[in-house]
Amino acid sequence: MKLPTDLKYAKSHEWIKILSDGVYEIGITDFAQKELGDIVFVALPEVGDDIEAGQDFGTVESVKTSSDVYCPVTGTVEEINDILADTPEAINQDPYGTWFIRVRGTLDEKGLLDAKEYDAVTGVK
Amino acid sequence: MELKTPLYAWHEAHGGRMVSFGGYVLPVQYQDGVIAEHKAVRAHAGLFDISHMAEMTLEGPDALENIQRIFTNDFRNMKKGRVRYTLMCNEKGGILDDLVVCKMDEDRYFMVLNASNRAKDAAWIQEHLEGDVRFTDISDSTALIALQGPAAPAILARLAEPAVIPEKYYTLVEDGRVGDISCIISRTGYTGELGYEFFCAPADAQRLWELLLATGAPDGLVPCGLAARDTLRLEAAMPLYGHEMDEDTTPFQAGLHFAVKMDKGDFIGRNALDGMEAPDVVRVGLEVTSRGIVREHEDIYLGEKKIGHTTSGTMCPGIGKAVAMAYVEKEASAEGTELEADVRGRRIGVKVIALPFYKRT
Repeated sequence: MKLPTDLKYAKSHEWIKILSDGVYEIGITDFAQKELGDIVFVALPEVGDDIEAGQDFGTVESVKTSSDVYCPVTGTVEEINDILADTPEAINQDPYGTWFIRVRGTLDEKGLLDAKEYDAVTGVK
Repeated sequence: MELKTPLYAWHEAHGGRMVSFGGYVLPVQYQDGVIAEHKAVRAHAGLFDISHMAEMTLEGPDALENIQRIFTNDFRNMKKGRVRYTLMCNEKGGILDDLVVCKMDEDRYFMVLNASNRAKDAAWIQEHLEGDVRFTDISDSTALIALQGPAAPAILARLAEPAVIPEKYYTLVEDGRVGDISCIISRTGYTGELGYEFFCAPADAQRLWELLLATGAPDGLVPCGLAARDTLRLEAAMPLYGHEMDEDTTPFQAGLHFAVKMDKGDFIGRNALDGMEAPDVVRVGLEVTSRGIVREHEDIYLGEKKIGHTTSGTMCPGIGKAVAMAYVEKEASAEGTELEADVRGRRIGVKVIALPFYKRT
């Protein structure tokens, strides 16, 4: 199971990348995409939407199930990944390269994990 | 305690992701995923472990009289080796289960029922038996493997003599043989594809499974899990107990008129069903017209009026569309009617379309 060490992780299986001061990129982990199976649709917010840390900002739909995606940042959506509109399966193929949204705001670090801690949570090597 | 099929160890050893279903632990998918499995069945062939299904027999001089009275279809003109779909209703006309009845011989019938209803069905049937008839639940001594897809006949032809391969849909051969393995071979399935189902002894199941897989691999045969079975049956608009059918739903609401013979004489549920042939609420197919997925238990609206709910729904890989089945008020059931689904507070456009969503050409 892939687990980059330069990312932060949420227990709800999102990864967070610090792009620059105050700008964060969010996606879901390799563990999450494997659990969901074939992803067929992603519902995302719009650019300019306000988001509060701890709230869900979108939904990932696989053939079998759907799962909300949570944001650990309070701020504003600066960009959404257009690739997801037509090729949501990109998440299955490259979960850490396929980000969902870029948010400008304040990261709520409480409860976030590093790679080693997240690995322990999922129990997958 | 959850039960394991005779193929449990094989599934685990071959990357099956195991889940609980109908009291059993079964693979929901293998490593390549549900879309690949679904497409393999449509284009080539897929192999399913459906040993969880329940099998029961009725034997004796009064066997026919009993199935006529307990089930909704008419079995009087059935020939040996025929398979017939039927429903079993309660006195209110609600569906207790859907099943197939196979005529093995005069006075000897074999039934295949839903795993999750096994105990309920066995109790109901036994409570309602009359006369000289013997009931046996043979589920634990019966394994069941389904080979489905356009390549199925070619694969089976390499393993079985032509005489034991059933030629017509919904027929079976009792004394079948695949390789050197004895089994019942029936031309039935739950995927909308041409295919066969093999009933064998649990001790032979893994050998039969591996023989079919090895023989069919050059044709593109792959093992498939429950998830593909569900997307395939949804595309083919086959109702599933607990989704499109339950004890509060009548066969007429479910659009299963063909399996209810009101003119055959008395049967359990007949009095309640009489006069309900044209229900106010009916099962329809929905195509999702805006972006998103509609799943089961979503409310359906016509304008601001709630007129129904979905029973199954997902993105169907074979047709490349998000579809759902739903119960809606009759006034909103005409093909082309534009409706909306409430998906966790978000309205998604849907349109009534003809069932099935997929039909083999």
